[in-house]
Amino acid sequence: MKFGVVVFPGSNCDRDMLDALQYDLNQEVVPLWHKSEDISAFTTEDCIVLPGGFSYGDYLRCGAIARFSPIMKQVIAFANDGGKVYGVCNGFQILCESGLLPGALLRNERQQYICKNIFIKAEGSYKEQLKEDAGRFQGVYKIPVAHGEGRFYADPATLEALKANGQILFRYCDATGKETPESNPNGAIDNIAGISNAQRNVFGMMPHPERACSAVLGNEDGKKILTSLLMARQLVS
Amino acid sequence: MEITVKTAEQLRLTKEEFELIKEKLGRTPNFNELCAFSAMWSEHCSYKNSIKWLKTLPRDGGRMLVAAGEENAGLMDIGDGLGVVFKIESHNHPSALEPFQGAATGVGGIHRDIFTMGARPIAALNSLRFGKLNEAKTQHLLAGVVHGIGHYGNCFGVPTVGGEIYFDPCYHTNPLVNAMSVGIVKAGETVSATAEGTGNPVIFVGSATGKDGIGGASFASADITSESVQELPAVQVGDPFQEKKLLEACLEVIQTGAVVGMQDMGAAGIICSTAEMSAKGGVGMRIDLEKVPTRQKDMKVWELLLSESQERMLLVAQKGREAEVIAVFEKWDLPAAVIGEVTDDGLLDFYMHGQLEASVPAEELVLGGGAPQYDREYKEPAYLQALNAFDSGTIAVPADLKAVAEQIITLPSIASKRWIYNQYDSMVGTVNTSTNAPSDAAVVTIKGTKKGLGVTTDCNSRYVYADPCRGAMIAVSEAARNLVCSGALPLGVTNCLNFGNPYDPEVYYQFVNAIKGMGDACRKFDTPVTGGNVSFYNQNPDGPVNPTPTIGMVGLLEDIDQKMTLDFKQEGDAIYLLGKQPDDLGSSEYLYHVHGVTHSPAPYFELEEEFALQQALAKLISNKTISAAHDVSEGGLFVTLAESGFNRDLGFNVQTHAALRKDAALFGEAQSRVVVTVAAEKAAAFEQETDVPFEKIGTVTSGAVVVNGEDWGGIGYWKDQYDTAIEVYLAKESAAEAMGGL
Repeated sequence: MKFGVVVFPGSNCDRDMLDALQYDLNQEVVPLWHKSEDISAFTTEDCIVLPGGFSYGDYLRCGAIARFSPIMKQVIAFANDGGKVYGVCNGFQILCESGLLPGALLRNERQQYICKNIFIKAEGSYKEQLKEDAGRFQGVYKIPVAHGEGRFYADPATLEALKANGQILFRYCDATGKETPESNPNGAIDNIAGISNAQRNVFGMMPHPERACSAVLGNEDGKKILTSLLMARQLVS
Repeated sequence: MEITVKTAEQLRLTKEEFELIKEKLGRTPNFNELCAFSAMWSEHCSYKNSIKWLKTLPRDGGRMLVAAGEENAGLMDIGDGLGVVFKIESHNHPSALEPFQGAATGVGGIHRDIFTMGARPIAALNSLRFGKLNEAKTQHLLAGVVHGIGHYGNCFGVPTVGGEIYFDPCYHTNPLVNAMSVGIVKAGETVSATAEGTGNPVIFVGSATGKDGIGGASFASADITSESVQELPAVQVGDPFQEKKLLEACLEVIQTGAVVGMQDMGAAGIICSTAEMSAKGGVGMRIDLEKVPTRQKDMKVWELLLSESQERMLLVAQKGREAEVIAVFEKWDLPAAVIGEVTDDGLLDFYMHGQLEASVPAEELVLGGGAPQYDREYKEPAYLQALNAFDSGTIAVPADLKAVAEQIITLPSIASKRWIYNQYDSMVGTVNTSTNAPSDAAVVTIKGTKKGLGVTTDCNSRYVYADPCRGAMIAVSEAARNLVCSGALPLGVTNCLNFGNPYDPEVYYQFVNAIKGMGDACRKFDTPVTGGNVSFYNQNPDGPVNPTPTIGMVGLLEDIDQKMTLDFKQEGDAIYLLGKQPDDLGSSEYLYHVHGVTHSPAPYFELEEEFALQQALAKLISNKTISAAHDVSEGGLFVTLAESGFNRDLGFNVQTHAALRKDAALFGEAQSRVVVTVAAEKAAAFEQETDVPFEKIGTVTSGAVVVNGEDWGGIGYWKDQYDTAIEVYLAKESAAEAMGGL
């Protein structure tokens, strides 16, 4: 499989994602310019990544303009054909804006941008897919967040559907795995940090695993998440 | 309109300067030309009151690839065909009036200085000063400045990896906002800020020009008074999204090979960039101002010349290759327009719809050319005598030192700044190794190599106030010490010299002596001053700020594995204090806040001892003899030990030296001291290798804090006090404010 990382004007985690996939996970990866309308080199075996950043300066609303970029028409078709699409942070916001994922990302509860390490744990059946390393509390990962609008919200019916279908991938928790209000950095509903679509080929999350993929940065938890999420042939449902 | 000396004075030129302009032009300038001189001869652009002394600093040699002042930022060789480009700059005056935009555009401006040279910025730092944190005005400024830095830096996508913040009443009206950027460039891909080649096109790129920021350079060259609010239009407005695109487009356009020279438009906008590029290349330019993309109709000639609209660059390209250049900017949806061409007569000729509106020799406008240089008088400030009268014998050692420690660790200048730095993206770019492994200087990796860079900003202005020469030496030394503690070899300095009004002889005394001290220390550490910025007029009717020569320093780790961290590693490691232990309280936070002593001498410091200490420390780190290193700075030994324990929740059991006052031992700020830890099996090697004074003061515990045999609780308690102090402060004050509004 190979990866394509879309570069929107204002993307600023595109290079981090390219580096993590290429050097830390040894994957084939190419940047994709947002004005391109041709992604025919990608098959449903492949994965397209929407990276973090401030596409179009976050003007109007995060992700609201990027979703009209020429390449997004192709990305939406690719997802509908079953190709994997993965959005981190601003990429998650774009996926929600484009309707590929349900819900929305609102301004952080405390009205401030926040950047720090937080803990997340894998949820439901997806948890099985993440192979745990010995010595750590099962399924708790230290991953950075960096966002001003990361408070996941979905109306009650959508939330019920997410739960019923096992679409919640990650929740914020403390270092021991407890879901607490203090461990929720942005006030997300039910501590939700990441979700998938019902078909399990489109994923979005606010935390940045690509920032936690190398020994020199002192954190490799992100590698496990990228590996299990993107390189498993099919997510367990 | 008749141009008289009165017009000149309204534009903040002196009578003598007006005469000089007439003499240089051989005629009376028109209004546009006078505006050009006013901006270019402002303190901000011309360095007219500082250049004489700046020239005494070590400004070349070592790994420097361009001499100081030659380009927009310093450039030093770091091997592997790479260079590091770095600079610090102030945005104090705009931030005093409009903290959000003032700080945001400060960040934008400093990054432009880096990428205009062809380098990609990889790390940002900022050095901030505010008044007392319990003042509503301070909280407004702090919130605005932090929001502004975050807003711009986060979107632009360069991590904020370090910096410093102090709170002192002297900054109440004049906050300081100094921003630093560090970038990496490949050898052979640097671009010079020069214009060459008659007939080569001059291309304007980036955001359209508006009326914002007009007169910013001359506004920054005057005191802040109650009238200053009327200068609000002199504050620029930033758009980090445009700048992000400009960065990518500029780095891409360099790859075409069609670029002759490039300079960002910061202070004094078009006039400054055309003048400096032309003067540097020994050429002139013909500019057709109606071709400049504008966002407002009917802008006047002088407005176009002086506008400080952000996110703009001036570029000289090879004739015939305009289309290639413009195509890159079109790809990034940025305006780009050929607005003129390089000429050979040295004149800047500005036309509007075919009519010549201003004609000035480029050379006469710039620093090192026609701009005046002054020799200012100075005299020793009267307050220095009062300092010498201080007698520590009158200060009683408090009975409850734990209570003192609790007060000190929650002082805003000492407590954790997480409320601030959590609002900055510190990890974008995936180079910041300090998030998960803290050290005295931030350490970033250089991707594609084994190397790392240490970066830091330092200046304790209370020390500089108490002794301008020694205080500036301490600022340089602390920066170097922080780098050495992190395993880096100090390479070079960029400085941001924040002072009061240079026409005040006592202020100028501080300036002159700070430069002398800085020069001596930089020579000792072999860290040349690669560039920087002077910010005078940080003054208001109540007086000047403390002299604040902020030092930005960059160091190299040939192998990132050499990095040393500050945190205690395991229970049982021995804790040593490296360096002499004088009985000294001078200018400490303790003396100031606990005893209310505002005037006391600078802390103990000897340059030679400092140098020896750093040499010894570097050897201990490269031999892997020690497991942690953290220097003793504000708040003294106790704060250093506590900070070392926080990361892994480890405590310490220490005994201070019997011959010392207990308060001096715990809270004194004598310089050239570093806390290190040593594992049991390395103790003998440590004691043999160390050739500077040292003393074993205790051991690392599993969490208990024991000082001179007294139980001071657990490390978790101290960490909580330290982490939440500023948040508690802000919550309390805003609650009080809310109550007051009822």
